[in-house]
Amino acid sequence: MVTRAEILAEAARLRAQFEARGAQPVETPVLQPAETLLDLYGEDIRGRAYVTSDALRGEQMLRPDFTVPVVQMHMESGAEPARYTYAGEVFRRQEADADRANEYLQVGFEVFDRENPADADAEIFSAIAEAFDGLDLRRATGDIGILTAAVAGLRTSEARKCALARHIWHPRRFRALMDRFSGRAPVPSSRRALLEAEDPFAHAGPMIGLRSRTEIEDRIAALRADASEPPLSAQEIDLIEALLATRETLPFALEHLRDLAVDLPSISRAVETMEIRMEALARRGISLETLDFEASYGRTSMEYYDGFVFGFLAPLRPDLPPVATGGRYDALTRRLGNGQEIPAVGGVIRPGLKLELEAEA
Amino acid sequence: MTVKLGVPSKGRLMEKTFDWFGRRGIGLRRTGSEREYAASVEGIDGLDLVLLSAGEIPRELSAGRIHLGVTGNDLVQEKLANWEQQARVLTGLGFGEANLIIAVPNAWVDVNTLEDLDAVSRAFRAVHGHRLRIATKYHRLVREFLRDQGVADYQLVDSQGATEGTVKNETAEAVADITSTGETLRANHLKILDDGLILRSQATLFKSRTAPLAGDERETMTALIDRLEIDREPL
Repeated sequence: MVTRAEILAEAARLRAQFEARGAQPVETPVLQPAETLLDLYGEDIRGRAYVTSDALRGEQMLRPDFTVPVVQMHMESGAEPARYTYAGEVFRRQEADADRANEYLQVGFEVFDRENPADADAEIFSAIAEAFDGLDLRRATGDIGILTAAVAGLRTSEARKCALARHIWHPRRFRALMDRFSGRAPVPSSRRALLEAEDPFAHAGPMIGLRSRTEIEDRIAALRADASEPPLSAQEIDLIEALLATRETLPFALEHLRDLAVDLPSISRAVETMEIRMEALARRGISLETLDFEASYGRTSMEYYDGFVFGFLAPLRPDLPPVATGGRYDALTRRLGNGQEIPAVGGVIRPGLKLELEAEA
Repeated sequence: MTVKLGVPSKGRLMEKTFDWFGRRGIGLRRTGSEREYAASVEGIDGLDLVLLSAGEIPRELSAGRIHLGVTGNDLVQEKLANWEQQARVLTGLGFGEANLIIAVPNAWVDVNTLEDLDAVSRAFRAVHGHRLRIATKYHRLVREFLRDQGVADYQLVDSQGATEGTVKNETAEAVADITSTGETLRANHLKILDDGLILRSQATLFKSRTAPLAGDERETMTALIDRLEIDREPL
């Protein structure tokens, strides 16, 4: 049994390791304004974070992670480039699995640097990897940027591309939209009836609520425009599916993605970015043959990551969550930056899980 | 000691529950004055009737303070995480049938499916500067349903009553509520989404998995389950 004192000592040790790499230690409040997190993640965050409130400040959340408050702090007052480290509790509401911790220590390392994003990716990854010297972990990586580029390059309307891009992090809705736009899913009869109706508002009854008739008419116009849009080609669908199914060690994945890029030129630049990152990782002594690449990695749980993503997992303990995770979140700095933005990447370790695994090894 | 049966303390749900047990030879009655929550049981020994609000019965089952309880499965699933580990369905009682659904204004002629709701949520947020509000008291069930379906950019607002009126009052754009006939929805100019059924519910007899049964309580439970002609699983 790992004690809390041991976990705290390990957290301090890891943070000191990140400080030795030039990171400045920072603290953030445990209580975070709920509105910011709800704006970013929507209602789903309520299922993952504890919400509390008082009459003065309204709804607050117990810090579900450090990234958002650290980004806010940097965007308000940070110098560039910047490296931060922190150690502290995060709180995650558990509604299904009583064995998952609802409060645990996290130690993180974040880099805000415009100069060389590929090297910043590699810097974070190798700093995390160094902390796990001696533990046999599966190291999974992915790159949300490749999928984003593929969606942006589809030969279809902007409206469809926006709808797909919005749901990259919701694989089920993404698939449903792909089926809709390719014509593989039949148009619902209610929508067909609406588009064929001479007067769509014939049985509408009274207008109630905030959403105005103009908004409804605009949507009908958008649906009409969409109905006249040709379906996504079978070839493009196949390419996206082949892309999503990519699961190889990193060097083979690169070959595979280069092959795909011949028919899907929109991902070429993102694949180049990946290659430059691989070179940066190799320069920092990471053996690329031992890294997995999964094109869908990070799509279900890491909504703010929009480029490189990674996780360190215990192969013999599939019941445990990843012992470390991280990724690039440039878009988050844009959303929290009041008009400013900066490329940023970070990773976190769970010292408690790390000690648990070390005790078993 | 006695086996404790929790039953809703008032209204049609209580009366119909009493009728259901009565048809099986077990007389449940409220006793004392109209305001006093006292009760009696006839036709079986060792069974105690506990009158509770229907909304509290899930918690009491989970805590093991009652062995059996009658309430809607909507309430059990909303209030208990991993409810199957805490309570077991003995039988549906065939009344109190209602569906938890998502409804939008009838005037939203362009919205009939969750796909429409999701698309409109995005546009609504862009126009109005806040997320599309869905009024409900079933926060957990609705949130999990919409997450599984990949609907984004909405928010849940709490409504403990008169939920169907929230759209007209402009405190919500849509509702997620229990309906049996749909009449209240129609009267408030709302329509159910084609794929907006979250849960079918009815009055259900639950057995707690956490309440311990001592020797004679076990006999009472066996006798009761025989009398109710419920298929027996090991207790």
